[in-house]
Amino acid sequence: MTHTLAVLVENTPGILARVAGLFSRRGFNIDSLAVGRSEDPGISRMTIVVEGDDSILEQVTKQLHKLIDVIKITDVTRDDFVDRELVMIKVNTETSTRAEIMQLVDIFRARIVDVGPKSLTIEVTGYESKINAFENSLRPFGILEMVRTGKVAMLRGFKSITISDHQKREETN
Amino acid sequence: MEITVAEALVRCLEQENVNLIFGYPGGAIIPVYDALYNSNIKHVLTRHEQGAIHAADGYARVTGKVGVCLATSGPGATNLVTGIANAYMDSVPMVVITGQVPVSQIGTDAFQEVDITGITIPVTKHNYLIKDPKQLSQVVRKAFHIAATGRPGPVLIDLPKDVAQAKIKFTYPRNIHLPGYKPTYKGHPAMISQAGKIIMESKRPVIYAGGGIRISNAAPELKELAETISAPVTHTLMGLGCFPGDHPLFLGMLGMHGTRYANQAVTECDCLITVGARFDDRVVANIEGFAPDAKIIHIDIDPAEIGKNVQAGLPIVGDVKQVLGKLLPLLKKRKNADWTARVQAWKKEYPLDYIKDGALKPQFVIEKLYESTGGDAIVVTDVGQHQMWTAQYYKFKEPRSFISSGGLGTMGFGLPAAIGAQMGASGQRVVLITGDGSIQMTLQELATAMEQGLPLKIFVMNNRQLGMVRQQQEYYCDKRYMAVDFQFDLDFAALAGVYGMAGYTVKTPEQLVDMLPAVLASPGPVMVNCLISGKENVLPMVLAGSNINEAID
Ligand SMILES: Cc1ncc(C[n+]2csc(CCOP(=O)(O)OP(=O)(O)O)c2C)c(N)n1
Ligand SMILES: [Mg+2]
Repeated sequence: MTHTLAVLVENTPGILARVAGLFSRRGFNIDSLAVGRSEDPGISRMTIVVEGDDSILEQVTKQLHKLIDVIKITDVTRDDFVDRELVMIKVNTETSTRAEIMQLVDIFRARIVDVGPKSLTIEVTGYESKINAFENSLRPFGILEMVRTGKVAMLRGFKSITISDHQKREETN
Repeated sequence: MEITVAEALVRCLEQENVNLIFGYPGGAIIPVYDALYNSNIKHVLTRHEQGAIHAADGYARVTGKVGVCLATSGPGATNLVTGIANAYMDSVPMVVITGQVPVSQIGTDAFQEVDITGITIPVTKHNYLIKDPKQLSQVVRKAFHIAATGRPGPVLIDLPKDVAQAKIKFTYPRNIHLPGYKPTYKGHPAMISQAGKIIMESKRPVIYAGGGIRISNAAPELKELAETISAPVTHTLMGLGCFPGDHPLFLGMLGMHGTRYANQAVTECDCLITVGARFDDRVVANIEGFAPDAKIIHIDIDPAEIGKNVQAGLPIVGDVKQVLGKLLPLLKKRKNADWTARVQAWKKEYPLDYIKDGALKPQFVIEKLYESTGGDAIVVTDVGQHQMWTAQYYKFKEPRSFISSGGLGTMGFGLPAAIGAQMGASGQRVVLITGDGSIQMTLQELATAMEQGLPLKIFVMNNRQLGMVRQQQEYYCDKRYMAVDFQFDLDFAALAGVYGMAGYTVKTPEQLVDMLPAVLASPGPVMVNCLISGKENVLPMVLAGSNINEAID
């Protein structure tokens, strides 16, 4: 089963190496990892998609927690959530296929971000199955290049994955 | 007034009550050594950085304090890596400080530059590269806190030379902010009361206790637990010493080279109370056959140990001492007459034994060492057969009286660790039991021991071979011995003489018995070259794939 983890970490140099190293060292598989600032400038948020049964996920979570810079881990897949991924696809075009491709762009609510004489660069966001479907429908035309950001996810509704003010201030002595 | 970061670092160490550090200097760390010049902190110069790090480790294991080690950048730092990994595997609190090239040169493959924080991520509890001079005191304060609390471990601080020379206003922070680090000390009350119930309902309880007992100073609670419920106790290698070795409820060590009765008791128990241990593969052997009938209670401070190797029926995350403290009042005094009788019968029927044929047997040497010291010594070992024989035949009485490299199994640990142990316990007798292979890995530290005036008693179990590997080849490679025999016969007694240390060679049991009292009574350092048989194996032995109660001997 696939789990999507939202991981809040202190924004320190090397944190990405620590997290990525942990996964490879312990033999856990990462499907995707996306990282960037959170609403708090001192805290980065990683979205990690991992494949594995419950016991693997338990170990992943516990081992991640052992990293001093990891503050909070939430398995969003255990709750109602939305996830998105942004993909850019450069597709081969001929005069004869251009119109058809643009129709697909419309259907999938994708956007054309660059036009070349023999190619179109298309941006699409969405959940995984939509993106996969879009990719498949473009394949026959010849995909020249593709880049995916990896998934990001959030819980639905008012619930949020943040660090409480209390936790922020709390000090150890 | 402004002081340099290096001076501030020394002040931080003073604030952390550090009075002894082990190290080896070099260009990038010179500012720190310069700052130490005016400090009361004693610095022990070893002969190799590996010596420094193992010495700090031995010191930390004996004292329970944080061991501190200092080295320069590049090769100085990489020479520490084995020792850092060693401390990490055995949960030893250490702060390791390395010099680094100036910040502007980082990433340029500068002279003696190595990415030591990158290298040590997998073998440290945490590490820091200080790029901003203002971070220093915060980082040092955090490093000591992280090293010593929760499940202890080594923390490395990498200090670029220009940062060390920068000037700052020194203040030592009282509070630190570590939002991602909150060890759990108190066990969950509901889980503890459930554990109490399971224990009281069990008919055949066994306590399996590891190094966590020593780390959390829970030996008194362990003893009370065992005596209250009349449960036999078996130790891991790391646990030895926590439960008295001569106690009727003690079963010795379990696992691959454990006693038959410990392994049998674990196999037949209906409740395995696991305290501060982690189901290491050398303990568990075949997982399916490990404690198959038992409800497993697992008490450990590290949540990641729960369910990692063996699924526990009842996990309790918390400090072992605190959890046992809360558990004990829930238990009633009880005798498991039938179970106790069976276990005692196994003890009689399958004792540890070896063939006494007049030759000098290593097991005999250890037995005599135990008798002659009355168990009143800190025993340090290296890694190999001699280590296992020590674990089997010496009856440890006190926590922190047995110092050995467990998780990493680092040959060469013994001598420097004994140095650190002796420096941490100056009034006590420190005995090093090492192998002819192991001691040659860090032999140069004999000079350090002499320089520091340490009265170490060193027993080299000299079988002229890498005995433990030879034993494995005997069983697993059909006696095709490859790269295990030393062709060159090193005279360890003469070698001792070169270092100005008394040295003796013993070849027979009688010689050993004759000489032991004088050796142990001697105020100075002594090395005894014990020429033991080269055919002896560590037995019993659980072969790969077998259950722990299916050992051969
Ligand atoms: C640094 C290191 N290298 C290799 C090994 C593998 N190894 C384990 S025990 C052993 C033999 C140890 O020989 P010795 O110190 O003479 O002890 P003995 O087994 O003969 O008592 C070896 C090579 C190790 N544990 N550590
Ligand atoms: Mg040997």
